[in-house]
Amino acid sequence: MIKSPLKVMDKENIRRAILRISHEILEKNKGTEDLCIIGIRTRGAVLAERIKESIQQIEGVEILAGILDITLYRDDLTLVATQPVVHETMINFDITDKKIILVDDVLFTGRTIRAALDAIIDFGRPASIQLAVLIDRGHRELPIRADYVGKNIPTSLSQVVEVVLQESDNKTDMVKIEDRAD
Amino acid sequence: MAEWTKHSLLDLKSLSVEEIEMILETAKSFKEVSSRDVKKVPALRGKTVVMLFFEPSTRTRTSFELAAKRLSADTINIAASSSALSKGETILDMAKNIEAMNVDAIIVRHSCSGVPLVLADNLSASIINAGDGCREHPTQALLDMFTINEKLGKIKGLNISIVGDILHSRVARSNIWGLTKLGANVTVCGPSTMMPAGIEKLGVKVSYDIDAIIPESDVLMLLRIQKERQDDKRLPSIREYAKIFGVNQERLRKAKKEVLIMHPGPTNRGVELSAEVADGEYSVILNQVTNGVAIRMAVLYLLLGIREPVSA
Repeated sequence: MIKSPLKVMDKENIRRAILRISHEILEKNKGTEDLCIIGIRTRGAVLAERIKESIQQIEGVEILAGILDITLYRDDLTLVATQPVVHETMINFDITDKKIILVDDVLFTGRTIRAALDAIIDFGRPASIQLAVLIDRGHRELPIRADYVGKNIPTSLSQVVEVVLQESDNKTDMVKIEDRAD
Repeated sequence: MAEWTKHSLLDLKSLSVEEIEMILETAKSFKEVSSRDVKKVPALRGKTVVMLFFEPSTRTRTSFELAAKRLSADTINIAASSSALSKGETILDMAKNIEAMNVDAIIVRHSCSGVPLVLADNLSASIINAGDGCREHPTQALLDMFTINEKLGKIKGLNISIVGDILHSRVARSNIWGLTKLGANVTVCGPSTMMPAGIEKLGVKVSYDIDAIIPESDVLMLLRIQKERQDDKRLPSIREYAKIFGVNQERLRKAKKEVLIMHPGPTNRGVELSAEVADGEYSVILNQVTNGVAIRMAVLYLLLGIREPVSA
């Protein structure tokens, strides 16, 4: 049992994971044709932007990018104590017939991804949706899996996975696991 | 951002600056939803919203109905003329009966000031005031503030003039409460017979000369002369009002370059403003209507998005 916070990824690990995922996306999709990337607020959007930049460096092509806020699609709106703050969704392109790479930081129960899929499908009919995550921590409650994974980390339900990214948290990139306080 | 704790939206008088800003901020996200191809999100799926309108309305009723529907709530419309009120039932009894069918929110408009407050005191459903008598029309003022903020980038420090029948205007009262809370300099202008005594106690300046206030105004909010509320003669004639207070191209020559012309609707062209001004480059009247849906979505979401706090 891990007692103190355990750092499972540092800045360099995260950078390499994003570079590898970018290469895997290009390999699987045979280039950048019809490719676009949508990040789930907040940290998924940061990671999506990094993958986009990485793909631009590799291929020299700028792919379309959007940001998705899934608050209005959550299935637990009546269960949470305080109102989740709604942020703007910014998908300024037609997603019909596009190959969409959906990006989030941690894949856990799969409920966030379920909500994101519903939200995307309200915007149009994409050719395909693929999922990229930095961390897969297991414990799925829905039949959802990731196509691209930065790191698989087996966790217990009592643990919390914290992803820190420079752009959203103003601190050096890292991923750590902590036991929940209670 | 602060936490939302209110169960009903009755007026802007009782809202804090943080609460007003939270509604305006939330509305920004909802504006995007209305610009999509599929203008619907599942946030309020399974909630029921009843609209009890005891006064005629197209804009506000349609706007609330669209807002509720775009959040996937179910809506029911009750018009006073076809209701059991004509059989002698009281408003409170009627509302209690509606609530007994497990509705989540009642949106009410009534010609008597305070009706929403009575309902809120006696019912457990969320009550939203869609205009009560001469008292308040909170969602209209919120959408006005949203539009000003969207067009001019701020509210604090702006000179905002509200022109017309201040006495009978709930839109004016809600805007005075809201705008002064957010730091605007509000001036009210109109005939002395339509100026409520002591209005300056709400923190506004009073003027009787529209030409004197036009040059310094960042926003001109024009109100309709409400013929249905002119029980006693306060104006010699509508034509005289149009001549002395009506905004036309000639008067606007002295206005600021970026002045906003606003109107809560319905407009009476040729009375409070000329047709050229209503359709002119400064007019944001239709932007107000567009923003109204976003504001009402934000209000419904904040009031109904959660049922009650749970200890998790």
